[in-house]
Amino acid sequence: MFKFHARTLPAGALAAAALSLAFTGPARAVEVSFAAGVVGSFFEDFAAVVKPWEEKTGNTVKLVPMPASTSDQFAQYRLWLAAGNSDIDLYMTDVIWAPQLAEQFVDLRESAGAALDAHFPSVIESQTADGRLVALPLYTDAPALYYRKDLLEKYGAKVPETWQELTETAQLIQDGERAEGKSDFWGFVWQGNAYEGLTCDALEWIKSFGGGQIVEPDGTISVNNEKAVEAIDLAASWVGTISPPGVIAYQEEEARGVWQTGNAAFMRNWPYAYALGSAEDSPIKGLFDTAPLPRGGEDGSSAATLGGWNVAVSKYSEHQDEAISLALYLSSAEAQKTLALRAGNLPTVISLYDDPDIAAKYPIIPAWKDVFMHAVPRPSAPTKKKYNEVSAKFWSAVHDTLGGNGTAAENLELLELDLDDLKGSAW
Amino acid sequence: MTHPTTAVPVAAPKNGRETSLEQQRLRAAFWFLAPMLLMLFCVAAWPLMRSIWFSFTDTSLTDLHGGKWVGFDNYLSYRQLSSGRVIWRGTLVDPAWWNAVWNTVKFAVVSVSLETMFGLVVALVLNARFAGRGLVRAAILIPWAIPTIVSAKMWGWMLNDQFGIINDILLNLGLISEKIAWAANLDTAMAAVILVDVWKTTPFMALLCLAGLQMVPGDIYEAARIDGIHPVKVFFRVTLPLIRPALMVAVIFRMLDALRMFDLVYVLTPNSAATKTMSIISRENLIEFDKFAYGSAQSSLLFAIIAIFVALYIWLGKVDLGGEKSK
Repeated sequence: MFKFHARTLPAGALAAAALSLAFTGPARAVEVSFAAGVVGSFFEDFAAVVKPWEEKTGNTVKLVPMPASTSDQFAQYRLWLAAGNSDIDLYMTDVIWAPQLAEQFVDLRESAGAALDAHFPSVIESQTADGRLVALPLYTDAPALYYRKDLLEKYGAKVPETWQELTETAQLIQDGERAEGKSDFWGFVWQGNAYEGLTCDALEWIKSFGGGQIVEPDGTISVNNEKAVEAIDLAASWVGTISPPGVIAYQEEEARGVWQTGNAAFMRNWPYAYALGSAEDSPIKGLFDTAPLPRGGEDGSSAATLGGWNVAVSKYSEHQDEAISLALYLSSAEAQKTLALRAGNLPTVISLYDDPDIAAKYPIIPAWKDVFMHAVPRPSAPTKKKYNEVSAKFWSAVHDTLGGNGTAAENLELLELDLDDLKGSAW
Repeated sequence: MTHPTTAVPVAAPKNGRETSLEQQRLRAAFWFLAPMLLMLFCVAAWPLMRSIWFSFTDTSLTDLHGGKWVGFDNYLSYRQLSSGRVIWRGTLVDPAWWNAVWNTVKFAVVSVSLETMFGLVVALVLNARFAGRGLVRAAILIPWAIPTIVSAKMWGWMLNDQFGIINDILLNLGLISEKIAWAANLDTAMAAVILVDVWKTTPFMALLCLAGLQMVPGDIYEAARIDGIHPVKVFFRVTLPLIRPALMVAVIFRMLDALRMFDLVYVLTPNSAATKTMSIISRENLIEFDKFAYGSAQSSLLFAIIAIFVALYIWLGKVDLGGEKSK
């Protein structure tokens, strides 16, 4: 109980700060609070992105850093919003949250107006719930396969195009490197912790094997099929062979930790890892490249889970006008370009994919347009408010299989039953 | 229960006092206590009653005031399908809930037993006279002083399979042949959580035991020494019975704490079915899933289970005392 009280303390302090600000005089400039999960160098990058807006309007933005785990962020936001918290004006929201938090956010469609046409229609679509535009896109995300150019060359291997090829190549490189005394070297690192990230990873495996996308857009539960079983079984075979046994506790940053210290040949991760891996102090600077994720066998197709972050304005904000202005600015081409140049985040403004500055700094971004066009959404739209529970049941079933607690066939069969119960007569 | 208990102070009315004075004192005491009672009502009783109320409704977190009364549906309900099959629903038939109950009980019993044992050993050592005792007493409290979130994160890194120092040490000592993912592995996750909890809470137990030990009069030991009793026998026949009341209180504190364990698991092994406790699972339903009322039902059950546990403990403790008396 005390823990919860302690947690609300910063919010209280914030309120006090806001109050003192309100009483310090007639100054019109306001401080807008923006709650966002902080991964990699986002703190510094965000400061650079909002600077022009702060200079133009005279307002200041306070970044309220949140834990890196999306589930933790969601939980905190949910509590704040349920309590009608007015300390936070804007929230950075995951692409999957729109239907779940829709009622607590301001409809931005009118304020944004024609500016919306510049973005990918699918992204705008994903942020629309019951006809209301819940959030504006900040950047989009689609993961890729990171590989070590130098090691592929050393072992005469090519970039794997199927998961089976990846398994073999990773094993080859791992055996070779270990024979040379690098006992901590692993073939492939990814996100296997029981959390939203595992839903992303596993959805890619299943989709690339042709096993559907857990719950189809029309609401049918498709997860229990042979292709899905094959995909999960292959992934389970990696744990302890080409991937460290601890991979089933890894999130993005743990995987990047192994990768960026030069201890892995392949990594599945989001674009943010590209900029960090290319930083001056990175041991693998210039030694790696990215490719679309492998296909599931010869007749499969590459699949990348659609990620991405958006900015929503709280219904309870006391500075709604300023907050909306900031949201519009953050989704503009100008802000997205700064963020892309600094952090390698993928823009949602279509024209930026032909921008020469971005192409020069990150040659991968223009190439990503295709990856992104074939990105697979998580089933947040058909499952509506039950998405989190669907996702938790899915990642638990996969995590059990990865941890050797039942086979993929058994666990997916049980999952189908559970999801069916959860669905009831309709999602 | 009429037998006299040793360490329980009883505020018995003293003879020869005027009733009106007694009444006056009682009234004054009430007014002194009133602010406290009001505070307790606001931060403990009211939230508790509210979540029990929520558990009988279909409230959701997006609309806290729009819930409708649904009776016991969140606890147990059944539906008859057209085929005649009866389907039971609710927390009381939810395997995930019972898994969490089992995990919590396992955790509480094992960790509290270990902590009591180690705490007693540490207290006995600290009770002996040696140079620098004050310093050692302060130093041993450090794990208890570190906030759980911090120590859980710290241990999380130490137990990490790739960078963790525990694996490094064990590997160098040749005790394990390859790195173990302590927190990720379903077989070792609970052990890891218990290890961290024991590390953290043993000082607390040691402190309470030490307080008990210092109440034991020194002349009893002297008498035992003169009689030439073996120290082990002295411990079991003299020390242990005398510090028993203090020990019982310490165990009940820890038990209450362990049964509602949340933070350690949340940081160290979130979402692992092997370590999910009752608090973790009810929070998951309350906040992450769209099942606020269902989570409230689980919180209410958690409260009931802890209440039963404590009542049982106190009752069994007394029965034991009676047995001792009849010897």
